[in-house]
Amino acid sequence: MVGCGAVGSLFAANLAQLDDVEVWAYDLDRAQVDAINANGLRLIGAGDVLGLVRATTDAGELPACDLGIVATKAMHTEPAIAVTAHAFAEGAVASVQNGIGNEETLARHVRRVIRGTTFPAGKVVSPGVVQWDVKGDTTLGPFEPSPAASEEIERLADACTRAGMPTEAVTDARPAQWRKVVFNAATNPVGALTRLTHGRACERPDLRAVISGLVDEGRAVAAAQRITLDADPEEMIDHAAKPDVAYDHKSSMLQDVEARRPTEIDYLNGGIARFGRELGVPTPLNDAITALVKGLEDSWTLS
Amino acid sequence: MIGRVCIVGAGTIGSLFAGHLAQVVDVCVLTRRREHAQALDEHGLRVTGRTELTARLDATADPSALPQFDLGIVCCKGTDLETVAASLEGRAAQATLMTVQNGLGAEGVVRRHGDWPLISAITFMSGTRHSDTEVEYILDTATWLGPYEETPLARVREVEALIRSSGLRAQAFEDLRPLQWSKLVFNATVNGVAALTGLPHDFHFASEAEPTDLGRLVHALMEEGTAVAQAAGPGTADDPWEMNVHATGRGSGHYPSMLEDVNAERPTEVESINGALVREAERLGVEIPLQRSLYALVRAREASYS
Repeated sequence: MVGCGAVGSLFAANLAQLDDVEVWAYDLDRAQVDAINANGLRLIGAGDVLGLVRATTDAGELPACDLGIVATKAMHTEPAIAVTAHAFAEGAVASVQNGIGNEETLARHVRRVIRGTTFPAGKVVSPGVVQWDVKGDTTLGPFEPSPAASEEIERLADACTRAGMPTEAVTDARPAQWRKVVFNAATNPVGALTRLTHGRACERPDLRAVISGLVDEGRAVAAAQRITLDADPEEMIDHAAKPDVAYDHKSSMLQDVEARRPTEIDYLNGGIARFGRELGVPTPLNDAITALVKGLEDSWTLS
Repeated sequence: MIGRVCIVGAGTIGSLFAGHLAQVVDVCVLTRRREHAQALDEHGLRVTGRTELTARLDATADPSALPQFDLGIVCCKGTDLETVAASLEGRAAQATLMTVQNGLGAEGVVRRHGDWPLISAITFMSGTRHSDTEVEYILDTATWLGPYEETPLARVREVEALIRSSGLRAQAFEDLRPLQWSKLVFNATVNGVAALTGLPHDFHFASEAEPTDLGRLVHALMEEGTAVAQAAGPGTADDPWEMNVHATGRGSGHYPSMLEDVNAERPTEVESINGALVREAERLGVEIPLQRSLYALVRAREASYS
């Protein structure tokens, strides 16, 4: 596991339940790594799990691995894979990160790459303890320019599924990836800019219209690449807003804003805007949202 | 001949008008709270800062107790305007009323309650209210005024001269509307973007190098607003984008009021500024998707206050 924050911990702790899988985790957060090694990695909330995981801040300690899962924030992909690539000399590496463009980065360092998309969500509540907010499916498929073998993809999907993280191996993972990026780009920055949970944002008709405007642009950019989303983002957004689903969920970008951490805006709305420009599809609302969130990040550097 | 002025609403702007005008003319003040009127009656009103003076004035919270007056300056908050205008209905038959509220449409609200001659105004002066009876005069910038509907320009000039004689700055215009529109388009954009980003009005607002730089958004929002101003008839007097480039070029990094309101979790003026612009665009059939989104985001940000 490369990056053992909220999403990485969901995979790591669950996979560690399997008798036939040994899980290592690489993360730069010393407190998180020490807590995992001392007490195990604990999940609370949607599932109660204690995983015995070997964690390290030193990539040199990683043994050779058959499979890797990268779950860092998108802006940390490059440095994280650069130092861990040695562990995957004979293995395949999947991205389960947010946004678009991560697989391209992985492929510069490892030979066999898996395009992945995951929906479970949570947050680190204290070192070694992760609140599991939302269960959900994961989709894995080949990264077309530099693909993993279908046998490897199926092995990883099977392990995740047996561990309690339902995962499907597919031949084309782009529809799932664009479904998620369109969903996230429509909802994450709206939460971050307004400070509202997903449910409260969706209750406001004028704000819900902004979300739909972002969905429409993202769908158009996907369509220009002949990608048909594998689910309707609008239905997913309304489903997530239900009280018993993710009404109270604060988007990861909102969590970043509250902690004044850099956000993944460049890989979500910024990524859609970039693909849109290359494909000649106008994305004025995604441009606007990107500018606002980047402005918000810049405001933290003022005295 | 203006013998008595009534200041309607004694917040910062109302207090600045009241304190200065009381030096040259009889002034009565209509307050919202009875204690405020009592304090003004007992202690008078003190102005500090740019000018140092004390004014004696008659104050009341009861509209029926107001004496006759020739000029009413309506300075209450935009959110209170409907109630205040209704309380003046049937009174002050010979008075001219002047509105100084931010945003658009204050004159129309007052008009629904009486056929007084109306004067449109926007003010750039600023101050800080320290108590019910003390206000500090900080920025001595002008109040601009112009006729609304059939009000004769001579009447506007008379008010301009009165305000100037009291020591405040004023300038009369034959048509204030293009100036109101410039200010509205500028304010809706700069205030909304500042409130959401947390940025003061600094160089970010004029930066257009990259496609997702903030200046591109600011420019696009101002073009949308200018299109509404043109569809409404008056257009803009000064180009809002040039005003923006000029203001950010000074390097002072002014904190717009909507940003200060959001930081303090106070209600903002988003309805009378961005809301007014969006409703006007709807009425005129002008599409302004970016401003509509900005308006929704700021309203939602306000709804998030704890």
